[in-house]
Amino acid sequence: MPIADSLANVGLSHYLVLSAILFTFGLLGVLLRRNVIVILMSIELMLNAVNISFVAFSRYSPNGNMDGQAMVFFVMTIAAAEAAVGLALATTIFKKFREVNIRYFEHLKG
Amino acid sequence: MLSLIVFLPLLAALIVAVLPKDSWVRPTAFVLAALQFLFSLALLAQYDPSTPALQLTEYRPWIEELGISYFLGIDGISLWLVLLTTFLLPVVIGGSWTAIDKRSKLFHASLFVLQTAMLGSFVAMDLVLFYVFFELSLVPMYFIVGIWGGARRIYATMKFFIYTMLGSLLMLLAIIYLMFTAQEVLPSHQMTANILELYKLDIPFIAGQFLNPQTLLFFAFSAAFAIKVPMFPVHTWLPDAHVEAPTPGSVVLAGVMLKMGSYGFLRFVIPLFPEAAEHYAWVFLFLGVVGILYGALVAMVQPDIKKLVAYSSVSHMGYVMMGLFALNTYGVTGSIYQMLNHGVSTGALFLLVGMIYERTHSREIDKYGGLAKVMPIYTILFFIVTLSSIAVPMTNGFIGEFLILLGSFQASKFFGIWAVVGVVLGAVYMLWMFKRVFFGEAGELVKDEHHPLRDLGKREIAVMAPLIVLIFWMGLLPNHFLKYSKVSIEHLVETKDAYQLAALDAEGRTVVFETPAKPILKPLDSVTTRVAGVEAK
Amino acid sequence: MNEKILFAVLLLAPVVGFLFNGFRWKSKNYMIAGSVATGAAGISFLSALLLVSKLFGEGAPKSVSAGFFDWILVGGLQVGASFVIDHISALMVLVVTGVGTLIHLFSVGYMSHDERPSKYFAYLNLFLFNMLLLILGDNLLLMFVGWEGVGLSSYLLIGFWFSDKEKAAAGMKAFVTNRIGDAGFLLGIFTLFFLLGTVNFSEIIAKVAGMSVETGWTGPLTLAGLFLFVGAAGKSAQIPLYVWLPDAMAGPTPVSALIHAATMVTAGVYMIVRLSPMFVLAPNALLIVAIVGAATAVMAATIGLAQFDIKKVLAYSTVSQLGFMFLACGVGAFGAAMFHLITHAFFKALMFLGSGSVIHAMHEEQDIRKMGGLKKYLPITHATFFVGWIAIIGIPPFAGFFSKDEILWFAFSSPLGGFPLWFAGVVGAACTAFYMTRLMALTFWAKPRFDEKHTHPHEAGPSMAIPLIILAVLSAVGGFMGIPHVIGEILPGHPGNWLEHWLEGSIAKPEGFGHGSKVMEWALMGISVSVASLSALTAYNFYVVDPERPAKFVASLPKLHNLIYNKYFVDEIYFAKIINPIVGGSRALWAFVDVNFIDRGTFIVGDFVKGIGSTARTLQNGNLQQYAMYIAIAVAAIFLYLLEAPKRLLEIFGG
Repeated sequence: MPIADSLANVGLSHYLVLSAILFTFGLLGVLLRRNVIVILMSIELMLNAVNISFVAFSRYSPNGNMDGQAMVFFVMTIAAAEAAVGLALATTIFKKFREVNIRYFEHLKG
Repeated sequence: MLSLIVFLPLLAALIVAVLPKDSWVRPTAFVLAALQFLFSLALLAQYDPSTPALQLTEYRPWIEELGISYFLGIDGISLWLVLLTTFLLPVVIGGSWTAIDKRSKLFHASLFVLQTAMLGSFVAMDLVLFYVFFELSLVPMYFIVGIWGGARRIYATMKFFIYTMLGSLLMLLAIIYLMFTAQEVLPSHQMTANILELYKLDIPFIAGQFLNPQTLLFFAFSAAFAIKVPMFPVHTWLPDAHVEAPTPGSVVLAGVMLKMGSYGFLRFVIPLFPEAAEHYAWVFLFLGVVGILYGALVAMVQPDIKKLVAYSSVSHMGYVMMGLFALNTYGVTGSIYQMLNHGVSTGALFLLVGMIYERTHSREIDKYGGLAKVMPIYTILFFIVTLSSIAVPMTNGFIGEFLILLGSFQASKFFGIWAVVGVVLGAVYMLWMFKRVFFGEAGELVKDEHHPLRDLGKREIAVMAPLIVLIFWMGLLPNHFLKYSKVSIEHLVETKDAYQLAALDAEGRTVVFETPAKPILKPLDSVTTRVAGVEAK
Repeated sequence: MNEKILFAVLLLAPVVGFLFNGFRWKSKNYMIAGSVATGAAGISFLSALLLVSKLFGEGAPKSVSAGFFDWILVGGLQVGASFVIDHISALMVLVVTGVGTLIHLFSVGYMSHDERPSKYFAYLNLFLFNMLLLILGDNLLLMFVGWEGVGLSSYLLIGFWFSDKEKAAAGMKAFVTNRIGDAGFLLGIFTLFFLLGTVNFSEIIAKVAGMSVETGWTGPLTLAGLFLFVGAAGKSAQIPLYVWLPDAMAGPTPVSALIHAATMVTAGVYMIVRLSPMFVLAPNALLIVAIVGAATAVMAATIGLAQFDIKKVLAYSTVSQLGFMFLACGVGAFGAAMFHLITHAFFKALMFLGSGSVIHAMHEEQDIRKMGGLKKYLPITHATFFVGWIAIIGIPPFAGFFSKDEILWFAFSSPLGGFPLWFAGVVGAACTAFYMTRLMALTFWAKPRFDEKHTHPHEAGPSMAIPLIILAVLSAVGGFMGIPHVIGEILPGHPGNWLEHWLEGSIAKPEGFGHGSKVMEWALMGISVSVASLSALTAYNFYVVDPERPAKFVASLPKLHNLIYNKYFVDEIYFAKIINPIVGGSRALWAFVDVNFIDRGTFIVGDFVKGIGSTARTLQNGNLQQYAMYIAIAVAAIFLYLLEAPKRLLEIFGG
């Protein structure tokens, strides 16, 4: 089977499946990993999974709706802000405990 | 007028809170409280004692969909309680001049907020509004005991809060039920929490069967008020709260807050649920008698003066409850009078106990003795207040107690006789305490010759003076006070089965309540109730 | 003068005295304090005289009255501050203000060395005011005000030297015991009020006039009578509430004379006499009154036989004499009760003041074993005490003879009386004669048993002598106001029984009262006088002629003496059987009901709720990843629901 053919056969569902797989990896990373940095990366992964869905939906919409593409920019902006805040917290925790394990966030309870 | 009286203390709280210097707080608070009292005296001039109607009413719809309104009014039942509240505040502030030494801004602001809440619950004529004020009063009290209290203050505040809250929640349920019932059966088919409209309800009652609307509502309301009063056996929060509370807290708690409970019985429970009240009156007569005797006996063996006074409150409030549920003119009049007496004399007792505590930092009876030699003025004042507390004639206590006993005797010979036994026990525990504290040889706290105890100073005498004057004034000329309540009480006692109140505004015109515009909730199907004999669908 | 003004002066003079001395309570100037207080009492006495004089003469009113202000007006209870002097209260008010003034005067001398004379006189005036309220109030409620008020003043005066724990305790005992009586009084008021709809004396009397005699025990009038008698027993120290009176002797002696002998303790008798029209309708209540009175008369007199404290002897004597008065009331001889009340006020006040004079002279010594031979040191006291002595043991023609004899005669002849009551009275009288003679002998006669070198007893000044002399004269001649008819007939001029005439119409008589043969009356009179004389002679023989004999006699009856000497152990029994169980029970109530039952019960409920809470709390432990897991699971669940997963799965797998 020529590569062009198989590329032509790639449809919406492929993108969605990819997105779902990435999202699940991200989710598992968030739930299971103890390192804050890794958790932040996993969150990024989840966001990007969503972005893929957005772009895919936009590309395959029958009337060429660009909302999905626009939304991706919002998501990326928010993700950047979130990463900044998250990393700041992680840095603070690291400064205090010399480690960035998620359980140190319990100390925020006061 | 009433709104001003209710909300001026809030303004005072704000003023006190923003004062730049701590040393200004007490004088300012005292002056504001005194002005507030003088202002409230204008009520006496405006009040017309010849009619039982609610007077000086103010009515504004508040949450129209639910028929909740901002509705204030005053009649002979609440008039004196309002004045008692405004009267006690300057006395309390004067009495705690040196007792409260930390965060006095917050303290006095709390006192003023508390006053608003108490005044509000005495003049609110809308159940929801009443509930709001009733609950609001818990918050400042919580702080007063919790911040300025004694060693076990957290335990005491929690106990106090949880007990009262528990009762109030039952009452809230009952209020909601009543509001739905009103929508079901009142001709306007509107929800309402207006107490005058609710009086018109004729809630079904089946004697001898517990699960019927009136009985359940009756006990739900009673639970809230009985805890507040407090009646035996839900009284145990009171001694703890009193012992841990700072002096001004105790005075306000005993002087006014307990009356919110007994007032609730008079304003809501008896007129709203007359058949149940009559049918179950024996329960309250019984608990009242038990409270009188039990409070007196337990007071007798307390090692702590303040706890003794606290248990004596249980005993005195037992008299109040007996009088109310005697359901006759003597009993109810006596009860209302006893509420005032108790406010004056127990308030005075707590102030006096506070004064000696400031000097010795101990309230243990066994450590005193021979105080009469060292502090003669204090002794005289304490003795006068003791007389009032044990209801010696020519003091206020006698009038109230006599009328209550007379009323209870009429209602039930058996309970009446037992209540009279309480009169003897009252003398026993007060005089025994008096003997141990003031007479005999000097006790370990009294005999220190290098630092003899100071007798009362001018400020302390000035604080006690109005209370002492009231004790005799109310004892010798009770009519000056009772004439304002007479018509209201007679109206309540005579027509309690079909109790109605008219409402007059400040100019003396009869108020007609407009029906709220938009009912949003469907009537409940399950409630079948009648209004004035007409079956509802 | 206007009656209202006179009433106001009569009542307010002691109040002014009280306030005057009360506000300068620190002052040690006993002269100022004493003169103001005595003056106030004197003014009261004068206004009382003026008021009573209006009752004399042709066409005089039966009573004078004045109303001042409304007091309690609630429902049917309409009580005003209104006062009345009628033929009964006239006697009482004169006795109280008259004897009261004399005792105030006596106190000026007696309290001259005290630290707080102003306070003392303030209390004394306060007492006088309350006593006047009790006497003059025209309704039961006002009487009750005075009733509690005198109890209060008595409390203050008994505990006047409060640094002494025992004295303070005596004050409290008096107040509490009185309170028990007061509770009964209150119930009596309630019963009468709900029966008749009024508490006013004249209205009560008018309303019971139409009622018939009650026979059973549970009729309202009988109940009211019994309740009121509980009040009277408390105030007038009758069995079982008499225990406070002997202890009340802890107060200054003039107080014992005024309050605990002459005036306050007779209030119970006065109340029953006032309500005599009601009491005659309740013969069963009267029967109880008579039995209690007779029993008290005998019991207290026997205790008096073995006491060594001069004031205790007089105290038990008072209890016993009060028993006589109740005996009189109980057999329906209300006039005789009133008569004995008056004469007793004279001679008992006299004897108490005399004992005060002795105690004052002996530097606060009260034990008669340490006295003796005081006759030569205290001639005035001895002479006046002597008059009191023959008056109380009932030797004619002194006051006590007439009044006591009248009681004994009616106890025998009244339809409500009978031989047992009369016999009890005679036994009481015999004991009285014995212990009074013993008291005279041990105190004034025989040889001195104190150290004559160091103690030099001497008479105090005139302020103490004058009252003694006046009271001695009254004790001597006071009986002539009630000369019985059998004696009046043989006397020159045939004096009538003035007192009986005066009280005619004011007090009620039971049916068939006042009949009996003259021979019988003479015979009984002879018996009682000879028994009393014999008993007095025996005592004289015991304590003066042969001072060794009492000890031997006592040794022959050790158990009986022990019983009597310890006052039948009544106080001990009260403590063991009533007071201690109540206190112990209260401790148990507090510990078990409050702390262990109610509080623990609420804690159990609280712990249950807390348990649920802490179980739920583990879900919210602050572990972020766990929270995220909840979110993920919830989202997954919502998706599954929205996709109708169960249905689809069923479709796929179920076919």
